[in-house]
Amino acid sequence: MDDRPPPDKRSVTVPVTAPARSSDPSPDPSPDPLPVAAGQEDGAAEDMGDGQRTDPRSFIVGAIASLGQVALPLAFGAYAVLDGEPTRLLFAIPAVLAILAVSTALSYLNWYRFTYRIGASDIRVESGVISRAARSVPYERIQDVSLEQKLIPRLFGLVEVRFETGAGGKDELKLSYLAEAEGERLREVVRSQKDGAVVMSDEGAPAETCEALPPLFAMGPRRVVTFGLFEFSLAVVAVGAGAAQQFDFLLPFDLWDFDAWQDRLAGPGRWLAGLGVAAQIAGGTIAVVTFTTLGFLTGLVRTGLREWDFRLERTDKGLRRRRGLLTRTDVVMPIHRVQALRMGTGVVRRWFGWRELKVVSLAQDSGSANHSVAPFAQAKEIAPIVAVTGFHLPDEGLDWQRATRQYRTDQVVMAGLVMFPLAVGLAVAGQGLLALLPLAGFAVIAAMEFANWRFVATGVDASQLFLRRNFLAPRLAIASRVKLQSVEISQGPIARRRGYATLSLGLAGGKFAISGISLDRARELRAAVLESIAGRDFSELV
Amino acid sequence: MDDNDPLTPLDPAYRSVMRIVTAVWLAILLVPTIAAEVAIPGWNGVVVIPYLLLAAAILLRLPQRRWQARGYVMVDERLRVVRGMLFHSDTVVPFGRVQHIDVDQGPLERAYDIATLTVHTAGSHNASVHLPGLKHADALAMRDAIRAAIRRDTL
Repeated sequence: MDDRPPPDKRSVTVPVTAPARSSDPSPDPSPDPLPVAAGQEDGAAEDMGDGQRTDPRSFIVGAIASLGQVALPLAFGAYAVLDGEPTRLLFAIPAVLAILAVSTALSYLNWYRFTYRIGASDIRVESGVISRAARSVPYERIQDVSLEQKLIPRLFGLVEVRFETGAGGKDELKLSYLAEAEGERLREVVRSQKDGAVVMSDEGAPAETCEALPPLFAMGPRRVVTFGLFEFSLAVVAVGAGAAQQFDFLLPFDLWDFDAWQDRLAGPGRWLAGLGVAAQIAGGTIAVVTFTTLGFLTGLVRTGLREWDFRLERTDKGLRRRRGLLTRTDVVMPIHRVQALRMGTGVVRRWFGWRELKVVSLAQDSGSANHSVAPFAQAKEIAPIVAVTGFHLPDEGLDWQRATRQYRTDQVVMAGLVMFPLAVGLAVAGQGLLALLPLAGFAVIAAMEFANWRFVATGVDASQLFLRRNFLAPRLAIASRVKLQSVEISQGPIARRRGYATLSLGLAGGKFAISGISLDRARELRAAVLESIAGRDFSELV
Repeated sequence: MDDNDPLTPLDPAYRSVMRIVTAVWLAILLVPTIAAEVAIPGWNGVVVIPYLLLAAAILLRLPQRRWQARGYVMVDERLRVVRGMLFHSDTVVPFGRVQHIDVDQGPLERAYDIATLTVHTAGSHNASVHLPGLKHADALAMRDAIRAAIRRDTL
């Protein structure tokens, strides 16, 4: 993203700092009022007092956010207290004002006491009004810096900056909130520090420095809407229908009581029958159309909010992804930290050629290690992204190998062992018709197992492992042989007798397990992977 | 690494430790057994006697079998850990992928001077691989060997 140099007035070259940090860099002579100039502080602890505060507006955002939390209890409280006597308002209003004042003051104090420093070798944060907490995160441990904009901060032009350390979840260091430019600059500083060098400025590069580059992948409004249509939410339809059933007491008649329906149709009312068959069909159609529309709308809205103006760019720091309508997220995934790729599609969308590409990365994406880099794309759009990540798609001539027949048979037998006793039990209980259900279920499972057995396969080439799964909605996982962490061959009691095994590969940030392959194949794959791993140390990978 | 490399058996003391742990569990399970015996009218040992026979058989056979099923190989800068009678697993961790190493000793292990070596990797699967039943000195030596290999790799 640094195509053109940032419009800086004063730029300070940070001393090159080796990844090992064996010696502290010598202090930079050029004075800089901002503590972000790593050169002048030398990682010293004595001047920790004058760290930098977050943007003053973040305290307003904090106050607004806490206001949102207080609003509902206040409303309830007001309702209970007033109780139809408006004169009590005289007492209530000062009380409310006092609460607001206290909460604002607390927000302010919290903001005032929260300071951060971008040091020579680490980032330090001190916080706490009464109790004090100090945390130091060395640059080597920072996997990634991500920026997130929620709705309210976005209105103020603020971002939340998160330093991902691989600790995951709540333990991550975050600065909320900084001005957009400052956040952007901080990310550059940390990345530069990690890479061991370079220029930083206190003016900061504008947030949209990458506009000049053509994005690697982008989704315009039209694509997002198409995507939304495929994200049809069956769950909403189910919940809607369920709710109609749950809350039918609100209806003047029982929707699900078919006997009553017949009575109503045959009885003295004949009200619906009087309307004729056409009206009944119309009624049914309206219900179906309503639920279907609801399903589509939900999919559209959800997808639109998440994927709006999706753009994936290649920057010198890695793949940069921005997306979102109300909450706009901005993530950079360093390419060398991509551990594996996952490609997937849906049962319906596959017939239109739409698929999704995710990268499995060491850095976390709001809790999930899978970053979607192309949520809805055609094969020809995905190929260049795959090439950028340094991976490749399987060749035509790749030797795909299936699981053993014994594994397939055992899976079917296992399903039978559950379903048949169930069917017999139901039949004995006199539920003849219901007993057919487990049998039908068994037939479906058996058919799926057979179809999947034909489809599921693994392949291995000089540098990668491929796993193809799920014939209804094909998925392909691509793992780099050198980037695996461990290899395990495991066998349960049945598998041992029947000669197959599960090969589980340790993948940073994801799972990669191949089940049901023959023991020989498992050993062959393990030997291949171990041979690749032996050449490169972990520290060369991350 | 060859899959046919002979496995190094664990320290025999580990078998004793497993036997003691098994005995403790069997003793705990004895409580509901006695309760059942008391609940059934007439002291005829209909529950306790079969239980004691079963417990004796388990105590004699199980630790031995489990001990036999386990083993490790450390050659070619790889640690291979094999375990499991029913659910068999065979894990290989290359030294180049080890993040950090622990040597732990529980109170029982200390009494028998054995230790558990745990290697941690960055993978989601097999994030930590445990190898119990090593002589304490051996575990420390293995840790140092792995650490030396890592340091050599990073330099």
